Amino acid sequence: MKAGSNLEKVLAAGHFAVTGELGPPMGNNVEEVRHKAGFLKGIVESVNITDNQTAVVRMASWAACKILIDEGLEPNYQMVCRDRNRLALMADILGATALGIKNVLCLSGDHQRFGSHPESKNVYDLDSVQLLAAFQKMRDEKKFLNDKDLDGAPEIFIGAASNPFADPFEFRVPRLAKKIAAGADFVQTQCIYNMDKFREFMKRAVDKGLHEKCYILAGVTPMKSVGMANYMAKFVPGMDVPADIVKRLKGVDKKEQAAEGIKIAIEQIEEFKELEGVSGVHVMAIEWEHRAKEIIEGAGLLPRPEVD
Amino acid sequence: MIVGDSKPLEEILAMIEGREKVLVLGCRGCVTVCNVGGEKEVGILASTLRIARKKNGQAPGIEEMTLERQCDPEYIEELAEVAENYDAIISIACGVGPQFVSERFPGARVFPGINTTFIGGALEHGVWTERCQSCGNCLVHNFGGLCPIARCSKSLMNGPCGGSASGNCEISPDVPCVWDQIVKKMDAMGRLDELEQVWPNKNWLTARDGGPRQRVREDLKQ
Repeated sequence: MKAGSNLEKVLAAGHFAVTGELGPPMGNNVEEVRHKAGFLKGIVESVNITDNQTAVVRMASWAACKILIDEGLEPNYQMVCRDRNRLALMADILGATALGIKNVLCLSGDHQRFGSHPESKNVYDLDSVQLLAAFQKMRDEKKFLNDKDLDGAPEIFIGAASNPFADPFEFRVPRLAKKIAAGADFVQTQCIYNMDKFREFMKRAVDKGLHEKCYILAGVTPMKSVGMANYMAKFVPGMDVPADIVKRLKGVDKKEQAAEGIKIAIEQIEEFKELEGVSGVHVMAIEWEHRAKEIIEGAGLLPRPEVD
Repeated sequence: MIVGDSKPLEEILAMIEGREKVLVLGCRGCVTVCNVGGEKEVGILASTLRIARKKNGQAPGIEEMTLERQCDPEYIEELAEVAENYDAIISIACGVGPQFVSERFPGARVFPGINTTFIGGALEHGVWTERCQSCGNCLVHNFGGLCPIARCSKSLMNGPCGGSASGNCEISPDVPCVWDQIVKKMDAMGRLDELEQVWPNKNWLTARDGGPRQRVREDLKQ
């Protein structure tokens, strides 16, 4: 065991894992965090807490993680390289693990030009691959990046993200391999809609044996409406929404579109369960936490396993 | 070369508001090559300021001068006799110019007439593009001759990130993703495997992060 987190234990026991996601509020509204967490309690192994997602300032991820721990949930602390240099990244992982956080997800982070403060200066002292390596070194060698000894090393299950739908496609699996070589214990993918492309991505990953070195969790985000599908297809870089998804949502009454979106997500999960190399799903029901249970239950994934 | 953009006329007019005798000071270096601060642009800016000030009922009082280079004390010295005669000197060299003039002539009021933007080159007439961030430790040969530090919006050394789409950066469809170009070029060269190694943390000490930089060549010092 690297950290002995619930997520790690469930994966190590060979169960098909489920993770969720929660975006902290744009303020210090503790009740909002608890409210959202309530919907996810007991239906996922752990919950990703986003870190200034889409470069919009929110309650600090580590703080929201601590609130989840207090509520009896396990968080995955997302950390982006955009907002902190190596000093702050190392300090924060020490602080986070001191508070009981056991999973981390290392990300480059969306460029701040998208976000709430586009005029800000960015950092990118390390990139996401280098961050993985830094945390692996801190955990396994018990040293800082400067090779000085830590007074207490972070026991942490280290995660990375992978977007099979970004370009150039040929380099997506090699880049995933780099992240695993750098230290990723688990990987969560970008939301998947183009199943053909994802199958090809997984085939290449399995051919390289990556699924044996790292747990790969497939990303699922239910479509709430045709509008959301069109928006994601047109305006979210690196998102691949095939026309047949949009067509299928258009084919049902407007009031039924959300239910259809959930149905699509469940069908996807059913397929992921059978797909070689996929160890679980990452359900990102963004601002739709109350519908996550329908999806997870619908896919036959409840109750969640209990492991020691 | 160092590339710059002219400041808006209103900004320059506001800088010299109430200052009678004004010198527009050009440079024959980089800013001449990128058509923003050479003798020709000195003439254009001076004429524009004269017209604008006249229109506002002010005495024009604008004179012109262009130095060989504003980043060299030898040429700055040409201002020795005249610098203090002006109520304002508008340097349209890169950011070095107004500083060198200010440092040499402490009594002079020096204003920047251009914004220095980047180190780059001309893609075609009228189009310049950034190529270097002067990080102080060049690695471009490892990336097919393309710099990820200057040209990736996130300066990723292990790109491309998940926002690379159809050859473009996530920040704008008008910004090419250099990592897309790096991967394709290395692939074409049969060197893709080199990109599969994890590039370790960059040492930023040689960049601006290590503090303001100075270069001393003992063999050249007199």
